Amino acid sequence: MAAKREALSDKIAIDMTPMIDVVFQLITFFMLTLKTVITEGDFDIRMPLGTSAGAPADDPLPPVRVKMTAGAGGERTSLTMNGQGVGDFDELRRRVIDLVGTGPGSNADRTEVELDCDPNLKYENVIRAVTAVSGMVQPDGTVVELIKKIKFAPPKKR
Amino acid sequence: MARKQSDGPSKTDIDMTPMIDMTFQLITFFVFTLNFSTAVQDDRVQLPMSQLAKPAEGPSIEPITLQLMDDGNVIYSGEPVPLQDIGGHLENEKRVMISASKEPSSATVIVRADGRSKTGDVQELIKICQEKGFEKFVLRAQYDESK
Repeated sequence: MAAKREALSDKIAIDMTPMIDVVFQLITFFMLTLKTVITEGDFDIRMPLGTSAGAPADDPLPPVRVKMTAGAGGERTSLTMNGQGVGDFDELRRRVIDLVGTGPGSNADRTEVELDCDPNLKYENVIRAVTAVSGMVQPDGTVVELIKKIKFAPPKKR
Repeated sequence: MARKQSDGPSKTDIDMTPMIDMTFQLITFFVFTLNFSTAVQDDRVQLPMSQLAKPAEGPSIEPITLQLMDDGNVIYSGEPVPLQDIGGHLENEKRVMISASKEPSSATVIVRADGRSKTGDVQELIKICQEKGFEKFVLRAQYDESK
């Protein structure tokens, strides 16, 4: 009787080696398939074919013309909105907010922005301008949407 | 002295529990970060940054990704193609779509252009796509978390 009790209380040694092998193989697999994806987002642009395509909005307001000129190296030399000079993209955003307003009663849905850029302008300026006119990030992280309809002016001859 | 000698040859039991715990945590981490997305990203293109570039909720319909490098070449199927030659490849895309009885106008052309590339090249690329019957365009930017 005493011998049986002793046998029962004996610890059974489990061989961990195969499990650890498999687990390390799994870790290796997952580490090698790890792929860091950078967060990216899209801006819609309206580029209808010709003038007939693209349904005009009900009662559209005159388009906001944002013009950017570039120097020889592609850097931005001037920024204008409807012909008036604008210092930077933050000021452009303020001007757009003054023009269309925010919240209910905003004219943002009926307004269109036309980007007129020099051909050798660096493209990052276009995205900055699109960002400035299409929305505003508030300090609490929420986004106030402004003008969504954005198009390019017909390209100039180079 | 006698005691020390008897300690020497006895087997040291290593407690494996903490190591296995940690290993399983690592596995869990890698399983959760596993990502099956087929999003086209290429190191040769440095996207411009934007605070409003939040990822879209759903995948694009019939996406065609064109990546414009700062030297004016377009990466198409992983290979750099001169901008003026991209029309031929788009013609093939169009034929494939038509043979699958889909309209080219239903496709979304994703323009991943380098921030240093010329706006004129981007416009030229869009114009070539329009000539082939593609109508929907999105400009892709990298989400800027700095502010």
